[in-house]
Formats: sequence, structure tokens, C-alpha cells
Amino acid sequence: MSGCILSAQNLHLWRAERHVLRGLSLAVRGGELLQLTGANGAGKTTLLRALCGLNHLEEGQVFWNERDVREDREGFHASLVYLGHEPPLKADLSGLENLTFWAGLRRRVTRAAVLEALTRTGAGEFAQRAVRTLSAGQRRRVALAGLILAAVPLWLLDEPTTNLDSRGQELVAALLDAHLAAGGLAIAAVHHRLAIEPARVRELNLSA
Amino acid sequence: MAQSPPPLTAPLAAARLVITRDLMLAFRRPEQLLHPLAFFALVATLFALALGPERATLRLIAPGVLWVAALLAALLALEFLFRDDSQDGTLEQYALSGQSLTWLLLGKTAAHWVLTGVPLALMAPLMGYTLGVPAAASLGIMLTVALGSLALSFIGSIGAALTLGARRGGVLLSILILPLAAPILIFGSRATELAIRGESYLAPMELLGSIVVLSFTLAPLAAAAAVRISLE
Repeated sequence: MSGCILSAQNLHLWRAERHVLRGLSLAVRGGELLQLTGANGAGKTTLLRALCGLNHLEEGQVFWNERDVREDREGFHASLVYLGHEPPLKADLSGLENLTFWAGLRRRVTRAAVLEALTRTGAGEFAQRAVRTLSAGQRRRVALAGLILAAVPLWLLDEPTTNLDSRGQELVAALLDAHLAAGGLAIAAVHHRLAIEPARVRELNLSA
Repeated sequence: MAQSPPPLTAPLAAARLVITRDLMLAFRRPEQLLHPLAFFALVATLFALALGPERATLRLIAPGVLWVAALLAALLALEFLFRDDSQDGTLEQYALSGQSLTWLLLGKTAAHWVLTGVPLALMAPLMGYTLGVPAAASLGIMLTVALGSLALSFIGSIGAALTLGARRGGVLLSILILPLAAPILIFGSRATELAIRGESYLAPMELLGSIVVLSFTLAPLAAAAAVRISLE
């Protein structure tokens, strides 16, 4: 995993009719976190969605381990997890059921492994409650457990600390630290910088 | 984490997971299942009321009434096939799961049929009674409606995916799908008519079956492409 590298060359991105990013290139290696900063509307979410392939690239290329991701889209997706603004949790199912499904789509997981991941993110107590009864911060904790269960090298996070209390923000930093230490890489759009060992972090300001 | 990642879940297993989850979700909210059934029952009984108690007339028009009512009820339900999943980001995650989106949508559509097509098929003979259809035709009616609604679910999945981006996509969906659904209606009502008369309805059933096979193989591919476009 430590040999993984995500790079992008000469990306031009539009949101609706607006040309938000012009000729952006970047490279992130295993063990590194790239923090995307910038004002609202600077294109942080647009960039994340383009990197993972949700938005079509009009111009530019994205490479995963030196290979254009369009050559093996599903292989690339199998190595990444994208966590957007709204965690994709069904309100009528419990956190445990939601995560068992999402992790199961990728690989075989046991109930014990799902519960353990939920406990690690502080969601163990309410794992069996329907998601509709949880607060926004609690839902976020459930979604974060999904990152652990996915067990993939590349994390793309859009505002991972939204709705979290200060302990929750420490939790995100701790999860990222462990992920980077294991050789994973991450790109996170953030408003508040995460408290992570500075040597591992780089910043890309999209407003600059 | 240094070891290579464990192998991905097989496509068929992933589709099965989607089916199980959608069924589980539906049974936590059963009221949504009742809407198409209520619509079906309303239309069929209204015809019986409007045309009067003349059993011979009713029996004559029964195949057409049953099929038009079932078709409209199924169309009504199709609007919701992908809508919730599109709104809560589930489709987005499906597209990024590393699984083939085609297989996942195949699973979704199959679950949709189990939740709408099968209940409609089970209910069709009951509606037949109100139109003076003999009980002996029940099995034939059930089979034809089941097969026809299966084809409609698959063909409709293309329309449902294409109209995801549209506000009030329901009418647009009907306009898109009805021309494609016309052969289902024609062969389906013909098969039902033969079943009511007590004759062999194998020939139109085989044609319906071929539509099912065609839509089953092609529709999920088209729906997956349309869903990808809607995610942008």
C-alpha cells in the first residue's frame, strides 16, 4: 500500500457554466495527506468528485499508480472510498445494518468486525438504533466507521469533521494518522486544518 | 494493511446484497408498497362500476382493463425506483464501490419487481373476479401479469434512470416508457384474453418471455450509463 500514488495532470473543471479550476496538477503518495482549502465555491468538492470519477473530466487526466484511471475504473474504485457531505445511510436501517451492507459490497465482513469499527469511532452504543433517531454528529461517526471497514489505500473526504464535537474532530485526526502511518493516502477538503503530524500534511489552497 | 487487499465480493453476490437490502427497507415502510396496489384496485373496480353489471360485456373488456390498470400502476411505482437512492447518495456510492454498476442496478430492479410486479400479479385474478372472469383463468392471468411486469420493470429502469435529474420526472418517465411498453401491453392482454377463454396462451407468453430476456440483458447496461450521467 505504501507504494500507492495518486496524481492528476492539467485538470480543468467546470461547475455548471463556471470554470473553477484551470490547469491543476497534483500528486499524493502513500503516507501523505493533501488538505484542500479555499473559500466556499473554490472547487474543493468539484475536485474531489472529479478525482474519484463521479464528474466527467473534460480535460486532464487522473492516474492511480501511474495508470490512467479510465483504463480500469472499477479497479480504481475498489481502492478508494469517498465520503461526501451527507453520509449514504438509510434512515430506516441501523448503523450496523447500513455498514454491514456497504462493507459487504466490497468484501466479506463479519458482524464482529463491523461492531468493532463502530466502537472505534465511538458509535458502538447506538450501533443498533435506526439511523433516523441519530443526531447529525452520530451519523457522521457511523459513516467514519465505514472508512475503517473499507480497508482501502485511498480516502477522499469532503469536510470529514462536519457536525462533529471536539472529541470527534480528534477522532478524525487519529483515524487519518493511523491510515497514513499504515501507508495509506488521503485527500480531504477542510475548513479547519486537522491536527495531524505536519510532516505528513501538504496543503493546496484552491482560492490562491 | 501492507498485505494485498482481500478479493472483491463477486458481482452476483453484490447484486444479492442489494436485493436483500431493498426488500428489508421496503418492509420497514410497507405503506409505499400499497400505493400501486390501491391504484390498480381503484381503476379496475371503477371500470366495473361505470360499465354496469352486464357480465358478458365486462368479461369481454376484462383483459384490456386489467392490463391498462396494471401497466399504469407499475408505471406509477417506477418513478420511485431510483429516487431515494439518488437523493441520499446511495447511487453515488454504488458507482464508486468497485462493483459493476450494471449488476447492482440489476439487483435493484429485480427487488423492485418483487415488491411491485409480484403483488400486482397476485392481485390481478382478484380484480378479474370483479370483471366477471372465471376462476379457472387465475393462473394464466397471474403468470402473464408477472412476466409482463418483469419486462416493464427492466425497460422502465432505463426511463427511471434517465429522468433522475428532472424535476417531476414522473410524467416524462411515462412518455418515455409507454411506447416501449406497448408490445408488453399487446402481448400481455392477448395472453390474458386467451387464458380467460380457456385456450392455450403459450404463444403470446413466449413473445412476452423474449421481451423479458431482451430487456433483462440490455436494460441494466443502459440504466447504469444513465445513472452515471445523472451523478455529474
